[in-house]
Amino acid sequence: MNMIEASGLGKRYGSTWALRECTLAIPAGHVTALVGPNGAGKTTLLNLAVGLAEPSAGQVSVLGGRPAGSPAALDGIAFVAQDMPVYKNLSAADLLHLTRNLNRRFDRPYAEARLADLGIPLKRKAGRLSGGQQAQLALTLALARRPRLLVLDEPVAMLDPVARHDFMALVLTAMVDDGVSVVLSSHVLAELERVADYLVLLSHGRVQMTGEVEDLLATHRMLTGPAAEADRYTERPVVHAGRAEAQAHLLVRAGVDDPVPPGWEAHPVSLEELALAYLREPGAGARPGPARGRHAQPTGVTK
Amino acid sequence: MTIDKGNGAPIEFRLDAASGVPTYLQLVHQVEHALRLGYLKPGDQLPKVRDVVASLAINPNTVLKAYKELEVKGLAAGRPGQGTFVQATLSQVALPELTVLRRSLSGWLATADGAGLDENGIIALFTSALRDFYERRRESSTRGPASDGASDGAEGAA
Repeated sequence: MNMIEASGLGKRYGSTWALRECTLAIPAGHVTALVGPNGAGKTTLLNLAVGLAEPSAGQVSVLGGRPAGSPAALDGIAFVAQDMPVYKNLSAADLLHLTRNLNRRFDRPYAEARLADLGIPLKRKAGRLSGGQQAQLALTLALARRPRLLVLDEPVAMLDPVARHDFMALVLTAMVDDGVSVVLSSHVLAELERVADYLVLLSHGRVQMTGEVEDLLATHRMLTGPAAEADRYTERPVVHAGRAEAQAHLLVRAGVDDPVPPGWEAHPVSLEELALAYLREPGAGARPGPARGRHAQPTGVTK
Repeated sequence: MTIDKGNGAPIEFRLDAASGVPTYLQLVHQVEHALRLGYLKPGDQLPKVRDVVASLAINPNTVLKAYKELEVKGLAAGRPGQGTFVQATLSQVALPELTVLRRSLSGWLATADGAGLDENGIIALFTSALRDFYERRRESSTRGPASDGASDGAEGAA
């Protein structure tokens, strides 16, 4: 089952397309990372999926075909917007009360138990909690709705390393306990490798790359060899080429079975390397599996 | 000082972000290491998936993949509803062979030293060869069906 499915989805603000021709399917059971530079359309895509914005073109459905924004869709989705919004003047207890009354389903004992585990006092005003605790409070309120899909927009951008770790641990244990699927946007690339097992790369309002992280890593290699021969490599599509006077690094779409030219070394790539390479080459696109006749010319060689 | 108390499991995992080794493989290596050094023995329970996820903040699918790999290797077995348990030990098998292996490695080290490699060069070469080896083995084991019958009833270890 697909947690989010979009076809030809677009959103225009005035004359600017924030998201264009977006077609994708995000399967259940994963932590999906939505990655892209600022202005790539990450927040727009998430807002469309959770029903906070109306598409200008195309369709988006969630939880196996429920139209985004419909009551059936809203019941199964919890969304935590950027900068962890909680009403600063309300206490944790007030926020529990409020959230329970604004939602059809709210598991109050679950929320109270989680907050007790986290050591967040119910009487304290949210604005007086630390940044990490505010984030955990917002997350707990979202999880207490017992969603099947948890959507997080830039959840850890504002948090210090310890709070970041604790926040993600809370998200991921919810995945173990309740089978929640998670979709999150982020530009903290380095930490994604531990957390995400499905990747959607957005660039300039379009989907540039999507697939299971394992498949994407298995179908890309970093080739290192003499710079003078870099242009002669044409066996497989080159995503990104970095070249110094003597040595060149080519990130290529090739698996372990693809031949390595004599004098070249092949290395596995990390998720961060892969995402960076694609983000630097907005023209390059990839889906997992065999390249679909899109044997791109070697793109933008950077000296 | 705070001392994190374990959850009763014999070992606790840690991650080296700078190693470049995939997370699931780091978990597999740590179990194998613990088996070799005797921290783990047959019948011991591996850390519960939820506990690993909570302490390392990693994707649960990664832990499941590591445990699956250990099952494929015949080192662990899942018991439905209970968890994953150590099935075999590595130290027993290794003991007589270890001396032989060590001697041949010493010979190789002497050759590498004679060829002009310094300590860091040797480590780099060894590590890269080792990584390639496991990569290849992982890929061949995920591609083909499990050849050994060690993974019986090992589904859904959690």
